[in-house]
Amino acid sequence: MWADNVGARPLAGWLVAGSLAASVALAGPVLAQDEEVATITLGYLGMERPDDLEPLSVLDPVIDDDGVQGARLAVNDNNATGQFLGQEFVLVEAMVEPGGDVAAGLEQLIEQGADWIISGLSADDLGTVLEHQSLGERVVFNAAARDNHLRGESCHPQLFHSVPSRRMLADALSQFLGYKQWDRWGLVYGNTDQDRLFAETLRESAERYGHEVVSEKMWPYEAMARRSEGGFHDIQREIPVFLQEFAEHDVLVISDETDYFGEFFPNQTWLPRPVAGTQGLMATAWHRSHESWGAVQLQRRFERLAERWMTPQDFGAWLAVRSLGEAAARTGSVERAEVIDYMLSDEFELAGYLGFPVSYRTWNHQLRQPILISGPRMVASVSPQEGYLHPRTPLDAMGVDEGESQCQF
Amino acid sequence: MPILSRETAAMFKPTLLGLALGALALTPLVASAERIFVSNEKDNTISVIDGASLEVIETIDVGRRPRSMAFSSDGSELFVAVGDDEAIDMIDLETLQVVRSQASGEDPEVIRVDPNRPYIYVSNEDDNIVSVLDYERRTLVTEIPVGVEPEGLGISPDGRWLVSTTETSNMAHIIDTELMETVHHRLVGARPRHAEFTHDGSEAWVSAEIAATVSIIDMVDSFDVEHTIRFDVPGVPRETVQAVGIQLTSDGRYGFVALGPSNRVAVVDQQTYEVLDYILVGQRVWHLALNEDETRLYTTNGVSGDVTVIDVESLTALQSIPVGRFPWGVIVQP
Repeated sequence: MWADNVGARPLAGWLVAGSLAASVALAGPVLAQDEEVATITLGYLGMERPDDLEPLSVLDPVIDDDGVQGARLAVNDNNATGQFLGQEFVLVEAMVEPGGDVAAGLEQLIEQGADWIISGLSADDLGTVLEHQSLGERVVFNAAARDNHLRGESCHPQLFHSVPSRRMLADALSQFLGYKQWDRWGLVYGNTDQDRLFAETLRESAERYGHEVVSEKMWPYEAMARRSEGGFHDIQREIPVFLQEFAEHDVLVISDETDYFGEFFPNQTWLPRPVAGTQGLMATAWHRSHESWGAVQLQRRFERLAERWMTPQDFGAWLAVRSLGEAAARTGSVERAEVIDYMLSDEFELAGYLGFPVSYRTWNHQLRQPILISGPRMVASVSPQEGYLHPRTPLDAMGVDEGESQCQF
Repeated sequence: MPILSRETAAMFKPTLLGLALGALALTPLVASAERIFVSNEKDNTISVIDGASLEVIETIDVGRRPRSMAFSSDGSELFVAVGDDEAIDMIDLETLQVVRSQASGEDPEVIRVDPNRPYIYVSNEDDNIVSVLDYERRTLVTEIPVGVEPEGLGISPDGRWLVSTTETSNMAHIIDTELMETVHHRLVGARPRHAEFTHDGSEAWVSAEIAATVSIIDMVDSFDVEHTIRFDVPGVPRETVQAVGIQLTSDGRYGFVALGPSNRVAVVDQQTYEVLDYILVGQRVWHLALNEDETRLYTTNGVSGDVTVIDVESLTALQSIPVGRFPWGVIVQP
């Protein structure tokens, strides 16, 4: 069924051997002798990667612990502070096999005491979790699903989103392309549902930011035997022909969320144009080449723990768990209502290594956050771009705004 | 006549500019030969500015990623934390050359020197510790565990207390330097950056970058946060207001707080904690240093790559001095 294990115990990750005794002694002056440590148990609910979903480039590692490693690191980070405050965070984990029973995974976590759920699931599976009666009043953090409707018509009062929506990613890219004055877009999208959704979002975003999609086309092929022979032999002939009929454009925008063809497009286009979107110049919540605002520290901590690079989903899970840590530390409480009230208040500000503090939008529980615009090997910029204004915060110019939100709690 | 950078020139109104330049020409500049040292994080250099001419007179090559600086207690050497070399470079102030280098532990960012003992305190950002180095014996004295990502360090004038701020734990850890242990842990604003004691040692001021606050910690009785100063620069997006460097005048009158990408330095009444003014300086103002007689305040502006000179009497920016790329720290040698 599903594999589960009790996650990294607190303190294990950050304390080097030898300093443990000193740290225990440290807590002494903070806590009164008879004061009890308040425990907050988090459950990470994820799904194993289907065997056929591997990155197109052999340079990208195949990852089987996406997301959960971010949650583990954030639990360690929370406990490093919690030890001084009498709070302890515990992580329990359940990984459901592909297409497996997520409800059973949820029940398993609840049996192990999970009061809060961090989800690495798709939108459909997330829906199953939210409808399941065992969930009770527990809050679910969505650290994986980018679907706009989860923040809109199918929003849920117990659902928070630490991962950006497709709309936020598209708007972040639109702002940067606006800064570049690359206003005429060619659009290529894949044949998956996700690709169609992101293509639709890109069209909406282009309209909001004054760009024009001058030509668009679906990449008609199925996922290939990806790594059999590198692929370029056919590709270098196919792509120029495929793009030959496109009207004059400044940039070619790709929607390929499952990464099955987009990686082939840079340097193969009919016109000499940059490639952006899900490959090439990407809008992403996190990237290994991001090192500003102290991000290098988070990257190093993560790599020491996980022995690989941090992904956007790891970062989403890290943000979710750190949100709870921050709210619990500030309120001095692990009670659900108090923690949620604080997270949704104006006081809540989390340092996310992105320059600006991140916080939750009250109207749909989406974390507002700066978004990286990155090439494969170097960050090109961070949106919001200068000059795109908003009466509340420039961050709210990315994503669906309060007035246009379909979310009704 | 020192040259104003284009950005700086643009920010003065014509009349103010005339006044500022006029004042500069008429009043005698600093009598003694003060020197201002600026660490250029991306150039691996220290710019040396002459306090009289306000020109860069020397550029010293140091290790990789120089940030925080401090003088040895006898004033003969300048210590520079070079983060990517995991060392403290020591510059002879006569020859202006690096004469030796001492291993510091991983990623040293901020350093402070003990006023009584030959100790350097180092925040090791990656290891969640504050290291204590003996710069005479060149040994590691001890390591003090703190929260996640230690950054700011402040030492009391009598050397008894050390305050270490941890960026991810959002805490000020108060270290008793006799015990070399943390004795109090206090939550402050998000991403605390810098700690500075008042000259009478009664308060520690701790800035928080993300929260845009300064927490005032009582260092006499309670060791609690007694007051929080908030900054709100009119007409500037809230997110760009980020509190970083702090300088406090010895007469107890002013506190100066660098406000990062809002490009302002806040002027605070040290007694009432009221924010009196915001002074426009260069881009992404990071750290501050007062000169010996506290007539001038120097700021490092990371993005515009310059140092702004502020006249403390009139609370106006006088001019900007181009230095290296990403100037981080600044310190004045009397």
